[in-house]
Amino acid sequence: MNPTESTLIELRDAIASKAVSAVEATRAYLDRIEAHDDGIHSYHEVYTDRAVQRAQAVDAGDVTGPLAGVPIAIKDLLCTDYGHTTCSSKMLANFQAPYTATAVKRLEDAGAVILGKTNMDEFAMGSSTENSANITTRNPWDTDRVPGGSSGGSSAAIAADLCAASIGSDTGGSIRQPAALCGVVGMKPTYGRISRYGLIAFASSLDQIGPFTHTIADTALLLKVMMGHDPLDSTSADVPVPDDIDKVDDAPKNLRIGIARQYMSDSNDPAVAAATQQAIEIYKDHGAQIVEVDLPHTEYGIPVYYIVATAEASSNLARYDGVHYGHRTDKAADLIDLYCRSRAEGFGDEVKRRIMLGTYALSSGYYDAYYDRALKVRRLIANDFESAFKSCDAILCPTTTAPAFKVGEKADDPLSMYLNDVYTVNCNLAGNAGISLPGGTTNVDGKDLPVGVQLLGPAFDESRLLKIARIYEAATKYYVQRPSL
Amino acid sequence: MSTPKPITEDDVRHVAKLSRLHVTDEDVHHFTGQLAAVLDYIGKLNELDVDGVEPMVHPMELVNVLRPDQEQPGITTDSALANAPAKTPPFFKVPKVLGDGPSA
Repeated sequence: MNPTESTLIELRDAIASKAVSAVEATRAYLDRIEAHDDGIHSYHEVYTDRAVQRAQAVDAGDVTGPLAGVPIAIKDLLCTDYGHTTCSSKMLANFQAPYTATAVKRLEDAGAVILGKTNMDEFAMGSSTENSANITTRNPWDTDRVPGGSSGGSSAAIAADLCAASIGSDTGGSIRQPAALCGVVGMKPTYGRISRYGLIAFASSLDQIGPFTHTIADTALLLKVMMGHDPLDSTSADVPVPDDIDKVDDAPKNLRIGIARQYMSDSNDPAVAAATQQAIEIYKDHGAQIVEVDLPHTEYGIPVYYIVATAEASSNLARYDGVHYGHRTDKAADLIDLYCRSRAEGFGDEVKRRIMLGTYALSSGYYDAYYDRALKVRRLIANDFESAFKSCDAILCPTTTAPAFKVGEKADDPLSMYLNDVYTVNCNLAGNAGISLPGGTTNVDGKDLPVGVQLLGPAFDESRLLKIARIYEAATKYYVQRPSL
Repeated sequence: MSTPKPITEDDVRHVAKLSRLHVTDEDVHHFTGQLAAVLDYIGKLNELDVDGVEPMVHPMELVNVLRPDQEQPGITTDSALANAPAKTPPFFKVPKVLGDGPSA
């Protein structure tokens, strides 16, 4: 078998049965990274020696578990007590975390081999990886285009088979949007499902870790490993993880799929609209009831998000002071000047914009007009979902309005970049679960570009959402489509 | 609720100061235009009547999360100082705060 052409579960089983060794599998991915990542730039740092040593330990039987020997890439905002954790920021270019994130520790305890860290928009602020202080990751389907973001390095790495799975984080769509643009499965679990301990914070009431894979079954396995309460994160949910979460082929009976007109806009790209329509037909053929649901506050999601997320970011990023860790200016006149210059030199423009916007929204005289009002509209958005989920099991909609855009196309227009998250952000505001699925490809300028189909589900019922997603995957098998590198 | 007045360059200078971000005149000019466009879009929230709506600060309505008051291993001093750009162990080092230094 060729380890880089199999699914995560196929590879795991092949390693378990000794059809392939963990070292062979890890080396196959490392070779592929060496051969192809120069044109994609999905990785920031690759842990070659450590990965091979971990794989040797698996082959020796010293490391076992449900992910034994499986090579995984992680987004460069998940702390590890080896290598660097940079958030693709000059601020943290040399930062070496003193501890490992719970999510990563659980992967490693399950036997996973961490290949390296992936490029991202600085501090997870962006939708294209163009805000990385290092480099822009390219979409493997068309290297003139962005992979999406902020977890664009992770989505590009799995799409190009430079890992068997990857991990990202989703604050307003940062897993699902790049998954859609790269043609892979990307899931944001319910808020609180996966511990945020060791995840460098952007917006603490929205951030959630999740996986990128080719298949639903692979995603289910990774969720089973990573989810569950963690005493080290006081916001991690103490809600049991269902045992049957990885039984994705047990299709639910009497299924009701919700369609909201607010997501079926005329401005959707025709290929996106067609993919959504095809998904509706697939669920109809499966015997599901298609019900109309109303999410009347959908259009207010982006404005709410850019108040709530930036307000939280302005507070979270106050810790970068040039004193405790991170970049420090060599031009400081006094302590305040040290803070101001270290931060001005260490942060990129998008991070500065968001810190200032959040600070403004929280500042005296503007708090009621912006922050408080945004929190009230956030409640209305959450209420919309709550009433919609009384009449359906999941809401079917596009992940993005269009396939991947070109590098540079939106880079100088923050607002147009923000609108990328129009179909993903409300799920974060409400705290629900959402998943983007490969919805086939559309030919643009001679290149096949993926489009995504999204399913949104109620909080803490990932198990059912995955089973619903599997119905679509089994009918389409779009996951077999791969970019030619 | 009336719509707040548009953000000005002076507002941006003030916010940059609150945010502890050194900005040049060119930065201020650049950011003012971009923030004004975003805030204009955010002004859309004024279309809604939110009287009586309970603000939602978090998806989980948490109160306090407590644990038993028992000693547990934590981060060591060496480890906490490992990434410090300037230090005199066991201390972080900062420019002079008191005395004849320029006032903040």
